[in-house]
Amino acid sequence: MSERLFLKGNEAIARAAIAAGMRCYFGYPITPQNDIPEFLSTELPKVGGEFVQAESEIAAANMLLGAAACGVRAMTSSSSPGISLMQEAISYMAGSELPGVIVNMNRGGPGLGDIGPSQGDYFQSTRGGGHGDYRTLVLAPGTVQEAYDLTLLAFELAFRYRNPVLLLGDAILGQMKEPVTPRVPQQTTDPEAETWCLTGAVQRPGRVLKSLFLDDGALAEHNTRLAAKYQAMETESRAESFLVDDAQLVVVAYGSIGRIAKSTVRKLRAAGHRVGLVRPITLFPFPTAILRDLALAGKRFLTIEHNLGQMVDDVRLAVRTVTDSAFYGHLPGNLPTPNDFEAPILAALGH
Amino acid sequence: MQEIPVTRYPEVLIDRPTHYCPGCQHGIAHRLVAEALTDLGVVERTIAVSSIGCSVFLYNYLNLDTVEAPHGRAPAVATGVKRARPEAIVFTYQGDGDLASIGMAEIIHCANRGERVTVIFVNNTVYGMTGGQMAPTTLLGQKTTTCPGGRCLEREGAPIRMAEIIASLGGTAYCARVAVNTVKNVMRAKKAIRNAFQYQLDGKGFSFVEVLATCPTNWRLSPTAANERVATEMIPYFPLGTFQDCAATEEV
Ligand SMILES: Cc1ncc(C[n+]2csc(CCOP(=O)(O)OP(=O)(O)O)c2C)c(N)n1
Ligand code: SF4
Ligand SMILES: [Mg+2]
Repeated sequence: MSERLFLKGNEAIARAAIAAGMRCYFGYPITPQNDIPEFLSTELPKVGGEFVQAESEIAAANMLLGAAACGVRAMTSSSSPGISLMQEAISYMAGSELPGVIVNMNRGGPGLGDIGPSQGDYFQSTRGGGHGDYRTLVLAPGTVQEAYDLTLLAFELAFRYRNPVLLLGDAILGQMKEPVTPRVPQQTTDPEAETWCLTGAVQRPGRVLKSLFLDDGALAEHNTRLAAKYQAMETESRAESFLVDDAQLVVVAYGSIGRIAKSTVRKLRAAGHRVGLVRPITLFPFPTAILRDLALAGKRFLTIEHNLGQMVDDVRLAVRTVTDSAFYGHLPGNLPTPNDFEAPILAALGH
Repeated sequence: MQEIPVTRYPEVLIDRPTHYCPGCQHGIAHRLVAEALTDLGVVERTIAVSSIGCSVFLYNYLNLDTVEAPHGRAPAVATGVKRARPEAIVFTYQGDGDLASIGMAEIIHCANRGERVTVIFVNNTVYGMTGGQMAPTTLLGQKTTTCPGGRCLEREGAPIRMAEIIASLGGTAYCARVAVNTVKNVMRAKKAIRNAFQYQLDGKGFSFVEVLATCPTNWRLSPTAANERVATEMIPYFPLGTFQDCAATEEV
């Protein structure tokens, strides 16, 4: 497969979802992700899939829940305020162990915020987001190619763990255009779903997909089983490590900010500064082991985020027995450039 | 004299005691759904969407593939199910708090899109499960735990007539309001529920049956008195009848 396409991040996600065998898409308009529903409204029906413009994000997420219960690959996409509205359904999906992909093109908040890029939804994404004791897998692409690849992975993981998977981008990733090699996924259907999904009860008792457990001890047992599943997800943790081996300072940044920070690191390296980068690709599970090992090797840390400081908590937890992490937060309203991160990195290096 | 049963016990209805209070009519509505699915021969291709209310345990009584929807969202969940499995017969079973209050947007748009699903709407004029609070369907003057002085038009507005609203939407193929307070009404209700599923089977559009039902516990009435209230207070405000029937309309 040598075909190369020049795509916006949003379109890459939409195309990857179709390539991944997505059968149903449900969505409600919101900037900066409208390219996704617009593209799918014409392209998904062409391959026999169902596109529904829902009456709200609440409805879209519940339509996702319904399609997921049928064991088909399904997705919804939105941006921050819309993702807030989806949280009840996501919690029900986690509780009922239903697979689905939810794309969040993070914009500025709180409230209506702005329509520009932000990483303000890190806590919401990685702490479950809705009510109850649960987690969702969170994938954070930094390039358009990665947006394509991680969309394929998102469907795979959703079914492997029977759990919602969040693809967390931002307005930068959604709007920027880059060349993409559209990889062909190994799997586009999930035959093993036939063992639990709803098909109509033919020659077997009815199956019930639910999150209500009222009997004595039943919810504790259910949540213990979910906890074991979240533990097993640890094997999926991924991060990009860049020039960390001889680094004195490791910058930790994710998504498009991680990618911009990489340019800064490259520039400072050229000027002789011993600085490296870890870019978490999975935010849950968080790549704790990689950071802990670097801490044990004596590195210092600076976390850079497009918010007031959220992921820095996870970095601190990862390195806490050895050291701490400094923090630099770029605020919403304008696009950071590699130059913006130079001074904070040099300051953390002690210059 | 030999007894001839009017109807046989539908196999899909699980033979066990229910958790419903004495005189509660959720059980009758369950049975009518079971009979309709059995009569139409679609039990094995049916997917139920249960809602949040006293009927949340629907799956304990109907041996069907079932998914539990969040409060009010059953029509959206049913939309997802039907789009994923167009060959399935899909229905939601919802109370009046669930459907006519928190879930108003989902029911209206599901009907308006003409989703090929059936909605069984059990209107007992209160939030049964949470202890008898006021619902959008609570009648004027009716006392509940959150309108202890009786529902008041100026303060709380008038009770919502869902069947009339649903009938006015473009995607609705069939819409009726029934009661199960007398044998005659039960037979009519059975026919309406069967019609609703038949229309889905024929791909005609969205179908909706509102079932007027008792909640003796929260009405603070005996089962008999509660049943009488259906005729004396509910039916006068919520008239029975068919409000939309696309087959009848086509013939005109
Ligand atoms: C989001 C949310 N809000 C509130 C509740 C609490 N709750 C459970 S059942 C119910 C009302 C059910 O009333 P109705 O739909 O009329 O059903 P009934 O019990 O009368 O059959 C409410 C408010 C909930 N489960 N979820
Ligand atoms: S509270 Fe009302 S609706 Fe609920 S089971 Fe009892 S009688 Fe039925
Ligand atoms: Mg009720």
